[in-house]
Amino acid sequence: MFNIERWQEMFDTISKNKLRTFLTGLSVASGIFILVILLGFSSGIQNGVRSQFEQDATNRLEVSTRTTTKGYKGLNPGRVLQMRDSDYENLSQKYEPYIEYKSSLYNSWGSQVSFGEEQGNYRIEGAHADQQFIENATLVTGRFLNQADVDSSRKVAIIGYQVKQDLFKGKDPIGENIMINNTSIFKIVGVYTDPGGTREETRVFIPVTAAQKMYNAGDKINRIAYTIKMSDNFDEAVALSAAMAQSIDTDLRTKFTVAPDDRVAVRVFDTLEEAKKIYGLIDTIRSVFWFIGLGTIIAGVVGVGNIMLIIVKERTKEIGIRKALGAMPNAIIGMILQEAIFITAIAGLVGLFLGVGLLELVSPYIQADFIKNPTVDFATVMATVGILIVAGALAGYIPARRAANIKPIDALRDD
Amino acid sequence: MIEIKDLNKSYKTGNNNLHVLKGINFSVEEGELVSIMGSSGSGKSTLLNILGMLDEADTGTYTLDGTEIKNLNEKVAAQYRNKFLGFIFQSFNLINYKTAVDNVALPLYYQNVNRKERDERAMHYLEKVGLADWATHLPNQLSGGQKQRVAIARALASNPKVLLADEPTGALDTKTSYEVMDLIQGINEEGRTILVVTHEPDIAQMTKRIVMLKDGIIIDDTVVNQVKAAAHV
Repeated sequence: MFNIERWQEMFDTISKNKLRTFLTGLSVASGIFILVILLGFSSGIQNGVRSQFEQDATNRLEVSTRTTTKGYKGLNPGRVLQMRDSDYENLSQKYEPYIEYKSSLYNSWGSQVSFGEEQGNYRIEGAHADQQFIENATLVTGRFLNQADVDSSRKVAIIGYQVKQDLFKGKDPIGENIMINNTSIFKIVGVYTDPGGTREETRVFIPVTAAQKMYNAGDKINRIAYTIKMSDNFDEAVALSAAMAQSIDTDLRTKFTVAPDDRVAVRVFDTLEEAKKIYGLIDTIRSVFWFIGLGTIIAGVVGVGNIMLIIVKERTKEIGIRKALGAMPNAIIGMILQEAIFITAIAGLVGLFLGVGLLELVSPYIQADFIKNPTVDFATVMATVGILIVAGALAGYIPARRAANIKPIDALRDD
Repeated sequence: MIEIKDLNKSYKTGNNNLHVLKGINFSVEEGELVSIMGSSGSGKSTLLNILGMLDEADTGTYTLDGTEIKNLNEKVAAQYRNKFLGFIFQSFNLINYKTAVDNVALPLYYQNVNRKERDERAMHYLEKVGLADWATHLPNQLSGGQKQRVAIARALASNPKVLLADEPTGALDTKTSYEVMDLIQGINEEGRTILVVTHEPDIAQMTKRIVMLKDGIIIDDTVVNQVKAAAHV
């Protein structure tokens, strides 16, 4: 293989048969190119779906109560169930070993927020410090809430990026005071972004205690949010999350005396259960693309094999001449395979770089929500090129062997 | 140099068994220039193919330069061909994407001669056939006579014991044929053994001995008065 004479002979042959070389290379290069694009968009769609889904933490449990819709134990339907600080404390204490982050929330769905002349209507979210992680929010500047803010119900606010754009335009909002509900003045201490986009960024976070005061809510809370501690085994985590959701559900139904089949009154939303479905979807997308990719590779291998067959046919006479001049069968097989492997390898790499290059070029311009960062795993594609080379060589070996065993007398017979 | 005893060869065509060579006994000494003549179907090409190890006899023995040629597989045949034989074909059989000098150097490549020496030796033989100026031309830029001379240079390049020429002038006009025969005679003068298969009596007369084949047996084997091709050019 590393015989310089053989390489010279090979380069001589392929450089003097440019069209044949080009066509062989083209089929291989286009196969790899298509594969790279496919895999790239597959990963793009996976990333897109995942980021749409991961606007909030995926191991989140959210507890909320509403109005009963069914009578139970002599109580009428239509009762308003109100959770209070004590419910949050009791639940947090009971499930403490399983909880990663926790927060109780008191929110208003829409309140007027103004800064100077600018004003807008935003959702006000009273929360604890941990809410940042439950929301998957990232700070752009400043800080999030802390325990001291909650303990002494400080009038501080963290605004979403969209709120900042609306009210402050280009100005730095940190340290500025905003007016909420035309009554209370809050000082901005941070700006956050959220993978969920604009909808998630049109909110203002304030300490839950401050929200309770501002809306005269006493110790009322609307929701309780947790994230559960993840174990390494995803299925175990899903099972734990489901068990905990079920247990909290039972606790609240007992406390408020709610019918077990009243789905509206008490709701414990288990994100991880949803996550399992989404990951299932992502797996499906991935396997579909792999299936198509594998088909592409098989088509490529068949193509290479086919071309090899044609090349051998076309070169039958030349092979006969070479054999009459004393070429051994192994020299003939070696010659054909070495050419095939070399052309496949070079063309495969060209296809690879073109594909990766195109992905790099277009990915910054893709704005669709469900396609994000279409990139390929370089090792995967290199392995694919390797498979194609090996398979091409195998596919080429059979015709090459047959060519090597042609009797020169048959090959040289005038046709 | 060549010793053949009781050589038989038959081909199966459907249900018929075509007996092509029916017991050939024949020997060639070193330095001879022999023509094998016969009409189409007489078995002359089959004989040459067996001599060239491109085909194998059914029965009989074949000894070449003291080596008995038998049990040929493709690998052994390739070795013997490379070591003992040079071929000249009617249709030249040059590799059309290689230049004249590369064509001539090809047998040396299969003898693992390095590139520099290959090129030097190839040029030497091209000079010998008078085509040094055409070394870098491709076969399709050469005339028929030039192509055959390149093929002769190629056959000589590996310095074989025996040259086998199958209708070397079959595709050439009379004048060019004589030029090629002049070259072949010259090579023979230097002591090389050459066998020529032909059906043209004037070409046969330019060799030193004529072997007539008819229906698979030798009917005549005579030494002739060689006509010098140069006299006709």
